[in-house]
Amino acid sequence: MSEGRDTMAETTRWFEDFAPGAVHDLGRRTMTRDEIVAFAADWDPQPMHLDEASGEASLLGGLAASGWHTACVLMRLFADNLLAGSASLGSPGIDSLKWLRPVRPDDTLALTMTVLDTRTSAKRPRLGLISARFDMTDAGGATALTMTCTLMMERRPTP
Amino acid sequence: MRWLDEFVPGETFALGSHTFDADAIVAFARDFDPQPFHLDEDAGRASLFGGLAASGWHVACAWMKLWIAHQSRAMAERAARGGLQPIPGPSPGFDDMRWLRPVLAGDTVAYTTTILAARPSKSRPEWGIVDTTSEGRVADTVVFSFTGHIFMPTRPEGAA
Repeated sequence: MSEGRDTMAETTRWFEDFAPGAVHDLGRRTMTRDEIVAFAADWDPQPMHLDEASGEASLLGGLAASGWHTACVLMRLFADNLLAGSASLGSPGIDSLKWLRPVRPDDTLALTMTVLDTRTSAKRPRLGLISARFDMTDAGGATALTMTCTLMMERRPTP
Repeated sequence: MRWLDEFVPGETFALGSHTFDADAIVAFARDFDPQPFHLDEDAGRASLFGGLAASGWHVACAWMKLWIAHQSRAMAERAARGGLQPIPGPSPGFDDMRWLRPVLAGDTVAYTTTILAARPSKSRPEWGIVDTTSEGRVADTVVFSFTGHIFMPTRPEGAA
């Protein structure tokens, strides 16, 4: 999610390949207890992310992943399943991210990206802008995290 | 950390700084953001970043680590005085996260968090929400900013 571009890899997806309304399936990932605790120890060492009893005593109602961990897993799925091989020029940032439900050990999260809007830049003719919403849902279909942001994508070269 | 009513809009906390060395940038990117300019010095130099650049999520996680360290110090000081202890809650989310400049290998980012507002929760009387704006700077240049929201407990009757 940052500006830059790997010019070595073969590009298979350009700005023109993202149509408003399209929903892209970006795969799924199971959050293990060990990963949840290890991430929290590194970046977010609050008791509710480190042990069951503290989690139960908190608003989260049980041991739950750091929200930053869930966001980082989103990034990994996005990088593996969409950015690799795309003409991405990164993102200037995130408009909004909401953590809607706690993520528990052994929860499997599925990620989708919905294209909200696309536009081109008058100032930078090679650049396309994609407004997108990312949703991570648990196995029961409940949304745990939702995020909207702008992606910068290079336009397909004209032959 | 504090009861909701103890957060004063305009107050700024200096959280300290985090240095992003090349090995840590690559290790974080391997786990969570495996794009070439976060993994490899040459790929970084060839990109718009002009060097090996930290993932934006790495820059955000370093803020979180320093915020929690700040919060833990404040909680320890308060615990030493005894009485009922306010325990911070989770965050419902954030807005307007901006990666304004690349954070390159060797950069040291200094973080601050400023209180914007402290407001009661509509649905939970024992909780309120503190709105914050946070920044990361390399020297005098702002490289990172966002608006955050954190649940904080309201003061129970009679608590100090």
